Amino acid sequence: MMATLIEANNLVKLYQMGDETVHALDGVSFSVPRGDYCAIVGPSGSGKSTMMNILGGLDTPTSGRIVIDGADIAELSDEQLAGFRNKTIGFIFQSFNLLPRLSALENVELPMIYGGVLPKERRERAAELLHRVGLGERMGHRPTQLSGGQQQRVAIARALAGRPALVLADEPTGALDSNTGKEILALFSQLNSEGATIVIVTHDHEVAAATRRTIEMRDGHIVSDRQNGSRAA
Amino acid sequence: MMRTADLVSSASRALRSNPLRSALTALGVIIGVASVVAMVALGSGAQAMVERSIASLGSNLLIVVPGAQQSGGVRMAQGGGGRDTLTLDDAEAIGQLEGVLAVAPSQRSGAQIVANGLNWNTRIEGVTPSYLLARDWDVAQGRFFDESEERQARRVVVLGATVARELFANVDPIGQTMRINGGSYEVIGVLTSKGQSGFGMDQDDIVLAPLTTVKRRISGRQRRADTVSQISVKAGSEGELNRLQEDVENLLRERHRIRAGDDDDFTVQNLSSITETAAQTTQVFTYLLGGISAVSLLVGGIGIMNIMLVSVTERTREIGLRKALGARQSDILHQFSLEAVTLSLAGGMIGLALGVAGAWAMTSLFNLPLVISPQNALMAIAFSGLVGVLFGAYPAWRAAKLDPIEALRRE
Ligand SMILES: Nc1ncnc2c1ncn2[C@@H]1O[C@H](COP(=O)(O)OP(=O)(O)O)[C@@H](O)[C@H]1O
Ligand SMILES: [Mg+2]
Repeated sequence: MMATLIEANNLVKLYQMGDETVHALDGVSFSVPRGDYCAIVGPSGSGKSTMMNILGGLDTPTSGRIVIDGADIAELSDEQLAGFRNKTIGFIFQSFNLLPRLSALENVELPMIYGGVLPKERRERAAELLHRVGLGERMGHRPTQLSGGQQQRVAIARALAGRPALVLADEPTGALDSNTGKEILALFSQLNSEGATIVIVTHDHEVAAATRRTIEMRDGHIVSDRQNGSRAA
Repeated sequence: MMRTADLVSSASRALRSNPLRSALTALGVIIGVASVVAMVALGSGAQAMVERSIASLGSNLLIVVPGAQQSGGVRMAQGGGGRDTLTLDDAEAIGQLEGVLAVAPSQRSGAQIVANGLNWNTRIEGVTPSYLLARDWDVAQGRFFDESEERQARRVVVLGATVARELFANVDPIGQTMRINGGSYEVIGVLTSKGQSGFGMDQDDIVLAPLTTVKRRISGRQRRADTVSQISVKAGSEGELNRLQEDVENLLRERHRIRAGDDDDFTVQNLSSITETAAQTTQVFTYLLGGISAVSLLVGGIGIMNIMLVSVTERTREIGLRKALGARQSDILHQFSLEAVTLSLAGGMIGLALGVAGAWAMTSLFNLPLVISPQNALMAIAFSGLVGVLFGAYPAWRAAKLDPIEALRRE
């Protein structure tokens, strides 16, 4: 297994807005080793979400090369991208994005359904994951019967269902009060110490400080990339 | 790759989450299929009744009558007098043709019958014993007369079911005596009932007597002794009927010395082609009814498309999420198509049940046979499934093509 999980080289993403070309990413290069836990920070419009979408295989760069877990994203077909999102990536969203009609357990099963995992196996794994995020007693609850922090825990369990090489979280604490946010960050730290590679997008420097590394973006560029001294190994 | 079982449970779950909407959406298809099934069953019932009554005249049957075909007004054969052109010899000659199973010359006459103190006006048909075979007829009671009784012009008669019922309501007709035109005759048999013909005539209102008896004693002496009013010709099989018709026509033209270009002085009626024409007419009628009903099925399909489009819009975020979690375009396409097909198939099955019930009610009201062929039922189901596939395709395609980033951004 290679030590490097993400290798991004001179990534450019352009959006055409009428006559104007927006450089959402304007030549971004960086690499992320396996087991890293980093935050991408920057003001609104700096290109964080665009970066996130490309890392997650939801979008492809206009130019440049990005290899994640050995796969060159620009080379993948739509179908391969779907498989990549299913197997390699675990997504966590600001607004949780749980399906309201499904129980916590069924929400965690969802990515495994698209992975073709058999019912018995995926039920067992979903239950195990919910235990791991501290929701072993609430597997049958609907999202509306859970608090925000609990919903985000379900979402984290769902992100882990496919044993992803990379967990991507977009403002995972943005919709939570600060105490609950801290609990979620503690869960991320624990997962990272167990070996998960995690990239968080946030505009909150306190959140960034909880990670090992902070990549700061502005106007589609990386303006700084440093290890967080207090937490660095 | 999504498993089929998961696809099905996911689609059925989506439909069950909004049962009222699903039911109303399916209602269009239910009404469409029910009306198609009921209309086609009604039409088929009418068709079956027409076919059945025409077939009761006899199968594989040609009927030769004197006079030219009447087409475009009344145009009788010239010269021949139009009446007495068919003879017993003609019948015998026809009997020699290949593929003839039975040939039965007959002479029709009307008469007043008195029996059991009652009067009855009916047709008297002078026939030979081969008439029963030619006309697919049989005796229900007693016996038919034989060749020697026919030759000897015996005074015996066999009654149609109507005549027997009208004249001998309380007595066994066999062995009874009846008077026809002043002469007395013995009843030796009663025929099975044939019911109404396709042309609305009661076929059982008849008395059969030996041909010679009728010629000599009943129809009067004004006619030539060897002419007949009709020759029934039964072919061995339906396939031979058209050829046999041509052979009979050629034979009679030759025998009657009709030159090329002149009109025939006889007409050969092919009952199977009459049956076919009548059946085709009712079939066109059936298709017409079915076609009109099919329009309502299309309207049901449009209803499905409408609701599926609404559903795709409402579930945009869900679709985006599913894609982010690894759903392929084909997974989304299949799920939404399956939802549409499930709606329309369920509608089709309920519609089929309602249609059958409706057809049963209507056919018993109009006293028609209830004809629902398994093929038609299957076709109704298949067609409703097809409606789901066709009208679900566009919404499903829209869902599959959604950009996940856009979709996830949607509130
Ligand atoms: N789909 C799009 N079409 C046009 N412009 C876009 C689109 N997505 C992002 N942008 C632009 O690209 C830039 C970066 O956006 P984004 O990556 O969302 O930044 P952030 O997440 O850091 O706020 C912004 O100027 C934004 O307006
Ligand atoms: Mg953003």
